[in-house]
Amino acid sequence: MAGQEQQQPQAREVVEEDIPEAPPAAPEAQASEATQGVDDLLDEIDGVLESNAEEFVRAFVQKGGQ
Amino acid sequence: MTARAEGVPPEGLPVGGAMRVMGSETEYGIHAPSAPGANATMMSARIIQAYAQLTRQRAAGGAETRWDYTDEEPLHDARGWTLERAAADPSQLTDQPPVLDAEAVALAYGRRELEADGADESGSLLMNMVLGNGARLYVDHAHPEYSSPEVTNPRDAVKWDAAGDLVALATVRKVAADQDLPPINLYKNNTDNKSVSYGSHENYLMPRSVPFGDIIKGLTPFFVTRQIMCGSGRVGLGQDSSRPGYQISQRADFFEAEVGLETTIRRPIINTRDEPHATADKYRRLHVIIGDANLSQVANYLKFGSTAMVLGLIESGQAPKLEVHEPVAALQAVSHDTELTGTLRLVDGRRVSALDIQWMYYEAAAKRAQETGVSDAVTGDGHTHDVLAKWESTLTALGSDINSAASTVEWLAKLSLLDGYRQRDGLAWGDARLGLVDLQWADIRPEKGLYYRLLARNRMQRILDDGAIAAAVTAPPSDTRAYFRGRCVTSFGKDVVGASWDSVIFDVPGFGKLQRVPTREPLKGTEKLTGALFGRHQDAGSFLSELLGLNTAPPAA
Repeated sequence: MAGQEQQQPQAREVVEEDIPEAPPAAPEAQASEATQGVDDLLDEIDGVLESNAEEFVRAFVQKGGQ
Repeated sequence: MTARAEGVPPEGLPVGGAMRVMGSETEYGIHAPSAPGANATMMSARIIQAYAQLTRQRAAGGAETRWDYTDEEPLHDARGWTLERAAADPSQLTDQPPVLDAEAVALAYGRRELEADGADESGSLLMNMVLGNGARLYVDHAHPEYSSPEVTNPRDAVKWDAAGDLVALATVRKVAADQDLPPINLYKNNTDNKSVSYGSHENYLMPRSVPFGDIIKGLTPFFVTRQIMCGSGRVGLGQDSSRPGYQISQRADFFEAEVGLETTIRRPIINTRDEPHATADKYRRLHVIIGDANLSQVANYLKFGSTAMVLGLIESGQAPKLEVHEPVAALQAVSHDTELTGTLRLVDGRRVSALDIQWMYYEAAAKRAQETGVSDAVTGDGHTHDVLAKWESTLTALGSDINSAASTVEWLAKLSLLDGYRQRDGLAWGDARLGLVDLQWADIRPEKGLYYRLLARNRMQRILDDGAIAAAVTAPPSDTRAYFRGRCVTSFGKDVVGASWDSVIFDVPGFGKLQRVPTREPLKGTEKLTGALFGRHQDAGSFLSELLGLNTAPPAA
């Protein structure tokens, strides 16, 4: 099973984003494969983020742990 | 350079590489957005309760089992003494069951709340479960915690740690389906960014013969710098995030000491809690509290794999010889240096980067693995080759094109998202939306968690496929005592009244008193040693009869 699982990462690097690229990216972004498609990704994440950022973040109060 | 620990326990596993008995602990951040003032301990108990309901549905007779506290020794210090109970912070007394009885619940929540939900037949909430996969799920202080079963290698550590996230997800779904309860969110992170931190711990079995001073010396430089590979990233600087910015580690700013027993106050880089949960004269359990909780599978894999190999170096006297000047300050300086351009001062006067230090450990680990043969791609131990390959490629990426590591290194993956928002919307580091991205990165629901959104787009590399992780929610590892524990819970749940890392307690009709089966050898009780025994018995009585009748019964070491 280990061998089979190891094959995963390489195959997944090549997946194409299917939504057309929008505005011209900044030079740094163009230089890096990792940041390509970020705009498209951000559009998706805009829809996932909790709507009331300030209030949501403020209300996340934890008690101490280890 | 003498290999004095070669061939010494942990027995049975190949020595020299990444294999070792290990496990993880994850305390989840807990939050009910629609009930902001809700009591965290009470909510955590609800999470445990929700899983108990689910496992009851799964296994007739009840798969949940209570925790046995007999062998908990949280005040034993590895340096050779025991802290007086009176001198301990109350949060250190983890050997007493956290009793949340009807009275406490009523005080915290009101009686009506209690009647509506929660309490079992005895009137107390279930705070502690042993799961069929060998893990423990319980309320730790004010957080639900999943402690993985013992595994023997970093790949399995990632698998059963990720299985814990699925356990947590199942509880969130269960609570959300209850119309009478506010939905509860769980986050796999380590801080609320308002001065509070909660832990994600690693545990490694070591031979007790290794002097603790060697562990401190050998591990400290490694722990100060390994965050560049396995930090999860954090928006905000300082314990209370009072300074805007981004840093590599969730945890670094919360550490205040170099060595110590505490885990909740004055947190130390090296924790000395000495509860072996195993044969105490042979083993110590190294309790590592400095790590970040990882969602990135590769980061988690490297965290366990590289640390296991460094412990091997310490055991054989081959750890790099270096001492970081003021390690607590250095830990925080490394965390705040997201360009990886800073240098640390060593006690001998040299200045080296965090990356330099990681390379020193990598080189030493690779050399030893080659000498012992465990890193051979064909004849090796099946794990070390892969750990070294990922370790090397990650350090190479961090030293050249840092963004190319964003599909594996969690703090860089999170940073790519944050930088996207900063560029698109012109957000400053203090903007609440960036804080929300940081928080929601760790939401364990795949539809809300931003890590999972990246994973779904194949922007994060995997070590394991989803099926393997899902299977680990119910199946224990086959090659440690967790197999025995998990199978007992799954097969004989209604007759198991308690369990812990090193025992399973039965209450079987006809046996008169409780039967406590010790499991003090982590590499016994395996499927190989006990699988056939489980296969032969349908009921606990006949199972126990054969187990206790045989002097060679595997778990009773």
